[in-house]
Amino acid sequence: MQPLADIHRCFRCGYCKFTASSPSINCPPYLKYRFESYSSGGRLWLIRAWLSGELSWSQRLAEILYSCSLCRNCVEQCPFKFREELMDMVVAARREAIERGLAPSKVKEFLENLYKYGNPWGLAREKRGAWAEGVKRYEHGDEYLLHVGCVASYEECAQRMAKSLAKLLEAAKLPFGVLGELEICDGNEAYMMGEEGLFELLAENNIKMFRELGVEKVVALSPHAYNAFKNLYPKLSGSINVIHYTQLLDQLIAEGSLKPGRLEVKVTYHDPCFLGRHNGIYEEPRRVLESIPGLKLVEMERCREDALCCGGGGGNFYIDLLGGGPNSPARVRVREALATGAEVIAVACPVCLIMLEDALKAEELEGRLEVKDVSEILLESLKAGAT
Amino acid sequence: MKDRIYKALVEIVGEEYVSANPEELYIYSYDPGVAGPRRPDYVVLPKTTEEVQRIVKLAYEEGIPVVPMGAGLTLTGLTVPLKGGIVVDLRRMDQILEVNERARYAIIEAGVTHGQLKAYLERHHPRLKHSLPDAPPSATVAGNALIHGQGRLSQQYGFTSDMINGLEVVLPNGEVCRLGSCAVSPYWFSRAPLPDLVGLFVGWLGTTGIVTKLSIKLYPRKKFRDVEVFVTEDPELVPEVVYRVTYTEMVEDVDIWAQPYPPIYAGLQHTSIYLTGDSDEELEFKRRMVWDALKDIIDRREGGFMMLTPDMKATLLATPQPSVARIADVKKGGGFSYVGAIIPVDRFPEAYRRGIKISERHGIGTYSFMARVVGRGHALMFAWSYPFNRADPDSVERARRALDETDELALELGGIPWKPGVYGQRLIMERMDSTALRLLREVKRLLDPKGIMNPGNWEVS
Amino acid sequence: MLELKHDLSKCLICDTYDCLTRCQYLKLDVESARAEIERLAKGSWSRVLEDCVTCYACEEYCKKGNHPFYFIVEEQERRGILTAPKPIVRQWIQLAEPLGEKPRKARKPLLSMCFFPGLEHVLESRLFEGVDVIMGRHVFCNLVYLHFAKPSLIKERLPKVVEAIAQHGVDEVVFYHDECYSTFTHYAKAIGLEVPFKPIHLFEFLYRRLRELEVKPLGLKVAYQRPCSSRLTPEKEHWVDDIFNLIGVERVEREYDRENALCCGSIFKLQGRYDLAVDVQRRNIEDMVKHGAEVCVFNCPNCYWTLSELVAKRGIKPLLMSQLCQLAIGERPKGWTG
Repeated sequence: MQPLADIHRCFRCGYCKFTASSPSINCPPYLKYRFESYSSGGRLWLIRAWLSGELSWSQRLAEILYSCSLCRNCVEQCPFKFREELMDMVVAARREAIERGLAPSKVKEFLENLYKYGNPWGLAREKRGAWAEGVKRYEHGDEYLLHVGCVASYEECAQRMAKSLAKLLEAAKLPFGVLGELEICDGNEAYMMGEEGLFELLAENNIKMFRELGVEKVVALSPHAYNAFKNLYPKLSGSINVIHYTQLLDQLIAEGSLKPGRLEVKVTYHDPCFLGRHNGIYEEPRRVLESIPGLKLVEMERCREDALCCGGGGGNFYIDLLGGGPNSPARVRVREALATGAEVIAVACPVCLIMLEDALKAEELEGRLEVKDVSEILLESLKAGAT
Repeated sequence: MKDRIYKALVEIVGEEYVSANPEELYIYSYDPGVAGPRRPDYVVLPKTTEEVQRIVKLAYEEGIPVVPMGAGLTLTGLTVPLKGGIVVDLRRMDQILEVNERARYAIIEAGVTHGQLKAYLERHHPRLKHSLPDAPPSATVAGNALIHGQGRLSQQYGFTSDMINGLEVVLPNGEVCRLGSCAVSPYWFSRAPLPDLVGLFVGWLGTTGIVTKLSIKLYPRKKFRDVEVFVTEDPELVPEVVYRVTYTEMVEDVDIWAQPYPPIYAGLQHTSIYLTGDSDEELEFKRRMVWDALKDIIDRREGGFMMLTPDMKATLLATPQPSVARIADVKKGGGFSYVGAIIPVDRFPEAYRRGIKISERHGIGTYSFMARVVGRGHALMFAWSYPFNRADPDSVERARRALDETDELALELGGIPWKPGVYGQRLIMERMDSTALRLLREVKRLLDPKGIMNPGNWEVS
Repeated sequence: MLELKHDLSKCLICDTYDCLTRCQYLKLDVESARAEIERLAKGSWSRVLEDCVTCYACEEYCKKGNHPFYFIVEEQERRGILTAPKPIVRQWIQLAEPLGEKPRKARKPLLSMCFFPGLEHVLESRLFEGVDVIMGRHVFCNLVYLHFAKPSLIKERLPKVVEAIAQHGVDEVVFYHDECYSTFTHYAKAIGLEVPFKPIHLFEFLYRRLRELEVKPLGLKVAYQRPCSSRLTPEKEHWVDDIFNLIGVERVEREYDRENALCCGSIFKLQGRYDLAVDVQRRNIEDMVKHGAEVCVFNCPNCYWTLSELVAKRGIKPLLMSQLCQLAIGERPKGWTG
């Protein structure tokens, strides 16, 4: 309950809703719903009212609580000293809700599926490794373990990411392997949704398995997994040496193990929240893209610390409180990408990938814009260079 | 009846933009100051002027109170409904409709925020700026203008209300009209030379209609901005300092601030003098003129310019200054409110001294003053701030009492509480010229015969 | 009772009056200088007391080590002369008013950052790895009050400061701030204050650290901005050249360096001497430009804050000495755009 001790300190000044560089609203739930109650400040005031008994729990309150994608824009913009605690407050409130059995049904579904089947959709465990046909399984002594996460394992469009990344690492002759159906979810979303117990279970299992397999370095495909391994696992005395795949690709290009070929394409890069604002990684993905001859990188109006979240975090790629309607953050973001004149939106996160692809369809922009992840683009350039 | 009204509102704006849910009613019944809880019955988020008209028409027919709202950051409770009804949150009306570079104005909808306009101008019209206050960037430009607000350009160009060229307003009976030059011409460039109807909606705190569009004057934005801070320990000197600095006609914003913490600032008055220019030469020329204007005070050793570390400068030059919002954390309790009053510059020393006493009397534990010069020393907006801990009802109550006493002080000084809450309004009306008061009541009655517009405010008993 | 060790009789038999004849601001000849000394000896009015800009240089110029500047300051206070506006002086007195900070047990190497909030970022470097750091009002050197003619305040606070530093439990302390170093050596001695720890200058520390690390010659031409406080301890000046030689940097020979150095001007502005400040800054920077300096190296954080923007506008990159040393070990100082 500790982060909640400061919850009354929120002034509802509203700095959290915007960024300094752009006229547009940058808080995903506030952008979509526009009621004050859905802004960061509104949410904190409501949590406080609920916990003090002034306000009863309701379906709407549950949705307000879970509509936060934990994008960290509020932490970035809040002028107060306790800004670092803002997300912890939301997570702590979610823990309370879960403990009291009050989470919305979709959240409960997500977590139950994750517990029973190791993924939020309740799909068969055995299918987790289906994408990885032909990809080397991790063996004791391999330098890197490639962890792809639930979304890239099971979601069809995101599987492209896993496949192209695996091909790149093979091309670079990097000693790596995947766990396939043995892979365990990193638990980041479980943590963010307030299911502390489940998160700890997943984390402990991962730590144990890595130890048994002698895993020393992990490459995370998903920034969510990266975040969990880097920032959440140490609290359970499981320090994992993790790198995000864009950082690894950056290194491989710099040392000459991957040679990008020419690709004439105009690309704009969408910063994932869990890579950017959460972990300060902004330049490596851009360097990878800019290393491709012929590729023109243009920035959206909001980029780096100011990037607009796709709205998929906090389990929202499943519970879908931020989708739908022209004001859903993913659709707004896709329109922003379109305005740059780019042909491709480059992503570095499987959640961003599926959210933005869906938004593209909703905006009827197929044919004018494509969503690809950094590894797909790089693989294309490698192939172009080879021909 | 509730259900019927709810359905009618849904029909106007769509289901996602109406709420009678306890969550919204809770949030909209408080502002971040000491006001509340005052519960609305509905909260509605219109997108267009037509939607606003239909909402107001409905309210007019049914006799339901309507409370227009921007970001609700006046901190004097002007957007919490005193008599229930419909809170109309205008922030979905966030379009910047036009910027006329040559005539230097922008036509904006009522929900456009300061941060939005600033970012938009910086990107698309970098030689133009508007008068930005130190309220959070989420505050609305229209809100600021309509309450006679001030900003960084007040010393040069007056109140933000002086910068209004025209309005589009929805009247309490649901009709819409245009006021200012736009009533006659396609250009929204001037309030003059028509009989002034714009004034019927400025300073009336939402009791005469809902402004849906506003044309605001913009001003030249120079490349560089710098600041000098002049320090005195005798508040009696401040009016003279202001008089001389404003005489130079070389400066942008002039504000005087005072607080006891950290110790470096204790017992001193700091006059921040902002300079803008397109070149080093221009800045240096202006800086020198300001120094020369105050030279003999420096030579008499009564005042001097302080050294500003890069951190201090960055804080002072930030627009807006987040340090103002941070007053809310002085008690680690997420709250502050303030009395802002428009006072003659000469009353600064007394405002300062008696303000310290009020803080002491109510056990606030600190004092925090900011006074912004409006016009060439034509007035000061003197703000006495009272931080409180909203988790401690006693702290909130003490702040409330200090605020009320400060409203009284403002009037005793010959000043007038700006954007007053109900208590301040009452004090003002008690002192008002009786014919003026009668006129106020009659105008209100003429425009709002059913008394549905933000009732409880400017209510003449 | 702490008292300044100054012997007026030595001044009266002086025949060169270097303190006044070499003064960059008063520009007196030997005859006028003698006249002023005699006035001071009689307790009469002397323009020296009004016109002294508090640059500290005469402490360096006096061949007899007779503390002419410290003497001037004592006289100013005795006669109630205000060198700066009262609110400014009050501000400076208040900013370092001890707030009851308590010393803690520290370990060597212990580095004191005096009281410069906002400067912490310079420590993010391998140069300061393993260094224990203290900063606060309780370890503030207080010597700045010489500029405000308040030596009594210094004498009042200094014993407590020395005590507070000593209570950290180490026998030697590195001082980032040149003026701290000069306070605990030169000034302490001048007023008879015992200092139970050994002050080490930042530059000595940096030099020794650099010797332990891999250094790449920088090949830069630098102007060195010598602070006023260096006038008090010129014997440590060699560390500047030692470091520069070690890291392959050329200290451009220019007019306003070493004993002819010019003040940064921030104090002059506080005193209300606007034109003098602008003139001194202009001359100093022109001198740097004229002699082809690419970088201006600062010793004192105050000089750094005052002159950074001005030198940068002339295409000269501003760096503190420790930041220059960072470049030499392949690090990028925070905020460095070079």
